[in-house]
Amino acid sequence: MALLSFQNVSKTYNGVTKALQDVTFSIEEGEFVSIIGPSGAGKSTLLRCINRLVDASQGTIFFDGKNVTSSKKNELRDIRTKTAMIFQHYNLVDRLSVVENVLHGRLGQKSTLSGAAGHYTEAEKQEAFRIIQEMGLEEQAYKRCDELSGGQKQRVGIARAIMQHPKLILCDEPIASLDPKSSKVIMDHLKTINQTKNITCLVNLHQVDVAMKYSKRIIGVTAGKIVYDGPTDGLTKDKIHEIYQSSDHDLITDVEECV
Amino acid sequence: MQKTMDVFRRRKLTYTLVFLAFLAIFAGASIVAEFHPIDGIVSFPAALQWIAVNLIPDAEAMERLPKILSELMETALLSVAVTVVAAILAFFFSLLGANITKVNGFIKRIVRIVAAFFRNVPDVVWAMLLMFSFGQNVLTGFFALFFTTFGLLTRAFIETMDEVSSHCVEALDATGANFIQKVFQGILPSSLPGITTWVLYMIETNIRSSTLIGILTATGIGYLFDLYYKRLDFASASLVVLSIVVLVLVIETVSNRIRKVIL
Repeated sequence: MALLSFQNVSKTYNGVTKALQDVTFSIEEGEFVSIIGPSGAGKSTLLRCINRLVDASQGTIFFDGKNVTSSKKNELRDIRTKTAMIFQHYNLVDRLSVVENVLHGRLGQKSTLSGAAGHYTEAEKQEAFRIIQEMGLEEQAYKRCDELSGGQKQRVGIARAIMQHPKLILCDEPIASLDPKSSKVIMDHLKTINQTKNITCLVNLHQVDVAMKYSKRIIGVTAGKIVYDGPTDGLTKDKIHEIYQSSDHDLITDVEECV
Repeated sequence: MQKTMDVFRRRKLTYTLVFLAFLAIFAGASIVAEFHPIDGIVSFPAALQWIAVNLIPDAEAMERLPKILSELMETALLSVAVTVVAAILAFFFSLLGANITKVNGFIKRIVRIVAAFFRNVPDVVWAMLLMFSFGQNVLTGFFALFFTTFGLLTRAFIETMDEVSSHCVEALDATGANFIQKVFQGILPSSLPGITTWVLYMIETNIRSSTLIGILTATGIGYLFDLYYKRLDFASASLVVLSIVVLVLVIETVSNRIRKVIL
């Protein structure tokens, strides 16, 4: 059974703006899938429907055998702990230290009181430091997050995600605010996590060439509809133009080169 | 080209018109209120002279300094106490009014209306109303300051929370954190500088206001000022004013230091 499946999911904002229209797809455990499409096509909405930061208007989403769309408070909390998220703007608590932000990954699995008080077990702290080391941030562990560079912040974001022991990581434009070098570091980390820890990755990307390089399967979204869902090899020049509703020489990415 | 020139010319025209409008409003208001700006300015030297003669603390006034200082201390501590209690309650109240933490739109609206009500009734009016129930004592002053402070801080905290913590709250939501965990691990740490700034500002403001309220409720430094003033002991009254100014300056300096350390 698929880890994640969308069945005829639609989302309408304020009864007018159609962000998603009749979206159906499924993702197997261990896959690394990129979602590409123009700004405003509904990529972010699609990701946020999975952990219910946004509620789908119609349709059903199954994650790990559970119905996400109808889940109640406690079930939803359980689903959220198993689906970590990484954001374009990192979304860290800037005034707390790196290690505190990483430990936030445990909040969903802790009691209200010990979570609120920031009381973590010795094992949790040791694990946090181990993950920080894997991310190459050991020198920054006690620094406040507002002292870090963008690339470092995003690595904290990944560390926080891993700390959750998720089955699925949702990445919403993880490299959109980063320089090419930091972008590569981040994408390499995601790939490594996917391969060594067998965590499924669903990544929203603006860079077609990056999507094609890192993932075997690509989903193309335009105006809330899936217009391509298949292997990277099958993504032809025409398909890319269809996704971005563009014609030759309209895109900054050299389509010829990446296909 | 013609069009860009138009934009600049129109901007200049707007500024000129706005300036002239202000001038006209001022002139109109002065006529209606029978306020004569020239006469006001002309009477300045005489006023300054009177101040120089009557409002300089003399040796007799200096003898009253210990009493003034002890009343001043009481007033200052009252202001701190009021502000801290109001701030703690306002923090929890504002969680219901902030967009990122609201329970629902209806409660949010209610919270904002309640806060606006408390803040828009002047503290002096609160003091006069409360005097009926509590009489002339410290409690009246405490509640009068408390209500306005509570209203103002609730509003300020709502703004601060919505501004600084929407991003990290979204991330904590995604980790499965519950409401209380989000408040203490996300909202509190990120809005702490804003909250501290507002609390320190309110302490300063409350010291000033409590002087005025003290005149009404016959307590603290305000009462002392009122007493000297009515005895026509202007030298002592001005010493009271000077000591309040010094205290506010000291508090301002201290709070600036505190702000620098925590920001």
